[in-house]
Amino acid sequence: MLKDQDRIFQNLYNDKGSDVASSKERGDWVNTKEITDKGRDWIINEIKESQLRGRGGAGFPTGLKWSFAPKEVGSRPHYLVINGDESEPGTCKDRDILRFEPHKLIEGCLITSYAVQAHVCYIYIRGEYFVDGQKLQAAIDEAYEKKLLGKNAAGTGWDLDIYIHYGAGAYICGEETALLESIEGKKGQPRLKPPFPALIGLYGCPTIINNVETIAVVPTILRRGGKWFASLGREKNTGTKIFCISGNVNTPCNVEEEMNIPLKELIEVHAGGVIGGWDNLQAVIPGGSSMPLIPKEKCETLTMDFDSLMAEKSGLGTAGIVVINKDQDIIKCMARIARFYKHESCGQCTPCREGSGWMWRMLERMAKGDATKDEVDMLGDVTNQIAGHTICAFGEGSSWPVQGLLRHFKKEIEKRNNLDPIVQKKNNIPYLVDQHLLDKKNA
Amino acid sequence: MLKLKVNEIEVEVEEGLTVLQACEKAGVEIPRFCYHEKLSIAGNCRMCLVEMEKSPKPIASCAMPAAEGMNIKTNTALVEKARKGVMEFLLANHPLDCPVCDQGGECDLQDQSMYYGVDKSRFKENKRSVPEKNMGPLIKTQMTRCIHCTRCVRFATEVAGVPELGAIGRGEDMQITTYLEQSMQSELSANVVDLCPVGALTSKPYVFEARPWELKKTETIDVMDAIGSNVRVDTYDWEVKRVLPIINEDINEEWISDKTRYACDGLLHQRLDTPFIKYNGKFEKASWDEVYKIIKSKFENTSKEKICGFVGDLSNMETGYIFKEFLDRTIDTKNYDSRSDNRFINTSKRENYLFNSSINGIEEADLILLVGANPRYEATILNARIRKAYLNNNTKIISLNDVDDLTYPYKSLDGKTQTLNNILEGTHEISKEIINSKKPLIIIGESLLRLESSEFLFNKTKEFLLKNNKISDEWNSLNVLSTDAATVGSIDLGIINNENNLFSDLKEHKFDIVYLLGQDNLEFDKKDEFIIYQGSHGDKGAESADIILPGAAYTEQDGYFTNLEGKIQKAYKASYPPGEAKEDWQIINELAEFMNNRKLFNDKDELDSSMFNYLNLQKEKQVKDQKNFPKEFQNENLIIKVKDYYFSNVIARSSKTMVDCNNSKLNLKSTGTEG
Repeated sequence: MLKDQDRIFQNLYNDKGSDVASSKERGDWVNTKEITDKGRDWIINEIKESQLRGRGGAGFPTGLKWSFAPKEVGSRPHYLVINGDESEPGTCKDRDILRFEPHKLIEGCLITSYAVQAHVCYIYIRGEYFVDGQKLQAAIDEAYEKKLLGKNAAGTGWDLDIYIHYGAGAYICGEETALLESIEGKKGQPRLKPPFPALIGLYGCPTIINNVETIAVVPTILRRGGKWFASLGREKNTGTKIFCISGNVNTPCNVEEEMNIPLKELIEVHAGGVIGGWDNLQAVIPGGSSMPLIPKEKCETLTMDFDSLMAEKSGLGTAGIVVINKDQDIIKCMARIARFYKHESCGQCTPCREGSGWMWRMLERMAKGDATKDEVDMLGDVTNQIAGHTICAFGEGSSWPVQGLLRHFKKEIEKRNNLDPIVQKKNNIPYLVDQHLLDKKNA
Repeated sequence: MLKLKVNEIEVEVEEGLTVLQACEKAGVEIPRFCYHEKLSIAGNCRMCLVEMEKSPKPIASCAMPAAEGMNIKTNTALVEKARKGVMEFLLANHPLDCPVCDQGGECDLQDQSMYYGVDKSRFKENKRSVPEKNMGPLIKTQMTRCIHCTRCVRFATEVAGVPELGAIGRGEDMQITTYLEQSMQSELSANVVDLCPVGALTSKPYVFEARPWELKKTETIDVMDAIGSNVRVDTYDWEVKRVLPIINEDINEEWISDKTRYACDGLLHQRLDTPFIKYNGKFEKASWDEVYKIIKSKFENTSKEKICGFVGDLSNMETGYIFKEFLDRTIDTKNYDSRSDNRFINTSKRENYLFNSSINGIEEADLILLVGANPRYEATILNARIRKAYLNNNTKIISLNDVDDLTYPYKSLDGKTQTLNNILEGTHEISKEIINSKKPLIIIGESLLRLESSEFLFNKTKEFLLKNNKISDEWNSLNVLSTDAATVGSIDLGIINNENNLFSDLKEHKFDIVYLLGQDNLEFDKKDEFIIYQGSHGDKGAESADIILPGAAYTEQDGYFTNLEGKIQKAYKASYPPGEAKEDWQIINELAEFMNNRKLFNDKDELDSSMFNYLNLQKEKQVKDQKNFPKEFQNENLIIKVKDYYFSNVIARSSKTMVDCNNSKLNLKSTGTEG
């Protein structure tokens, strides 16, 4: 259990006020100048030392990302873009930062902008967070008023302007390059990589894109030192993380905890336990809807960090934990998630555009028991044909939950869908082989 | 140069090329749908996936820049499986209605599914159906077949420069459509039909006409404008079914204008298929002998000064040359011209009437000044090049007149000759810009050459450029934008009369016999003249004629054309003239034989070699200045008169498709009751 003094987001539940004055009491804006005076290299090194990994889902080392920005500003300006398009089902951590801890984010923006030499920072907020965006805007206005932003922001000698950009509610705009397209006023479709945004990003300029939570923890790390942050959690999975626990639990909540905390502790202690008791647990989606689910047996001992979940063929993602108990129809649940992904696919790449709808329709039939036995393997085939064949990670995001279902609940599906196809002959030939050619050979 | 390996074959490629291009260099073919050399990279069809060493996932070869030491594999099980998977997805929602699809036989999806498709479908859901979209009179849509490669969208925004085409919706519901389903307002719109790898966008006028393997294909030259686009004419028996572009990087790249492509149905209508004689205001069919006899007697009874001849805008060079020879030798008169009005052409040097910078040169230019030209309508393909130059190099473009939308931004001046004079005198701010730019381009349109002070302005322009070293062996800034296919060729052949103003003489009725060779654009009132019209279509010229000699259109005879840059290209015979009609050179040859008992040329080869001989001799010619232009400056308003784009020549005027295009441009809604 995380000690209170190690908590970064002390106002996660809004009991201390979110204005500048109360933020200062919690330590924000106190010695920003001292931090920036230590120089860019020191900041980036300290972040590298803290082993902070991006909180947006992919877990890319933040310090490394910053070091990709060109060292010298060329003819094109640098930009910092904050990704607040928090659309992953089961995730609601950024929202609480935007409305309750805005100054952690704004100060983080200033320090990061200084580190990557950006004078303009865009905060992209999903359209549904309109009220939260307004609260952040109020905080930005207050910061301008108190000279914490604008020319010579907070006395650091660095000029910074922050603009809020509202999205229009598309999940794909949380993908960093689609987000850039959206800011530019285009249709939100991911760009091809390379070139990476660190070199050619917003309006063709070098751009660093980070999640809200990543940037919001930066000032505290720099104040207390990278070593302190690295001392929490375990090697390469350091620090604290806001976990969002929802689903079939008694008290769904956001809670800041140390990395590598046991899943069972999170659910039992912070979320008030599974509805119907621990034994009623069926499965847990550990990191937002795009991560493969984990069945109950493994939840007993599971610890929550990037690498241990990876070992379970799942992922920490955004740390949006969705608890599913035995009252739920697990196939129907996954069909619903597949429907979400079918609806949110941008339609650019063939596999994702055509495959996401196909998966959803098959799952719906499987939930009703209308599918044939061979379709279970076919569903697996389809997920494999999508994952890894698309421009962005949406292909993986949409097929992983289905793969998780097939991995752990295949028996359940087969039990429900025991129709046999008319063709009885089983010659175990992989589908993607011209079957008529094989027939001839066998004849 | 970068070194990389493709299937263990080592290749060296230039920097900036993609993996796909490197693979092609190694002789490995990569299947693709969205990738197109002339368009930006989208990388969305995912058909071109290849395996790269050290990459856990297959990569899209069309989008990945080639890098030193890459090890690419295209023949592994992983690649095979990825491509087959993509193909399965593409076919999942594709209607598979190949038997009733016009693309059948030349469909990328059909071809590639032979390699990567699976013969059975696992897709048990209902297939998606997408409503058809209206894209105007040229493009037929069947959007259920669309595979969302976005080639058409990229073409429209990048090359054509119109924003109307785009994708709406997302995911499965993504649809390609024009804005509010209006027709595409571009003269290049039908190129999307060629670009579409499936049958989603097909040619409306060609719908259900023929299968590609039934057509005879002839590679030839287009005559709808002076560009000389390289085209392939597909014929079914006599009929020209369609015209398609072929690649010529120096001229039309891969595109052709809508007029080039679709005016071909004009070759089927309004054709003159037999000689006619006018009796009491009515045309009656006649035989060749009869008409030759009448013409012979008319010529014999008229003094040679009273005879004149005009060559039209679509005539090939052989026809022009033999006509000139006929008038020179058989009739012995110099009263011939290839212009249709008294436009100033300085024939003393060839560079005075050519597009000297060449079409490719546009891409190198750093400043373009348009004087009296509207390239969008006068030379559509050339305009696309200017847009390309603007996109790639941000070339500054200035036009003396405001000529509406040219698909790229330009600065427009007031359209007065005084302004041009100021520029040429160096007192205007633009003079400096021209002088300071390395490769400026001055494009002089025919509208300027029709002005009273055209000679003054033209010569002054040339002087200005010479003085500032803008005309040299490396770069010649002087460019004349001709609009008709025959213009440059005819001037090269000297079919131009600089002594007398034939046009005013014609208006004053000084001639007794007027021989119109495919010339339909002359403006004069017929009085007592005896008019012989030789041509392919019953249009203005034929209407006023007393004798009609049916000739052949450009697809029906071999013939040379010189394009506006001075490139000589040969058009080949794809079809044959209808009915009694003959090839144009043959008619004149026969007429000469009838009159003098001696053919002008024994055969076509003799004609060709004689013509090239003449052209070679002409190179050293020095022609006197034209007499009929005032030499001093006059303050005039330059008004750009562009011929009605869709009706600029007899073939286009006879084409129903061109009428449809014109109506859609005027936004006339089709009511379905026009018949």
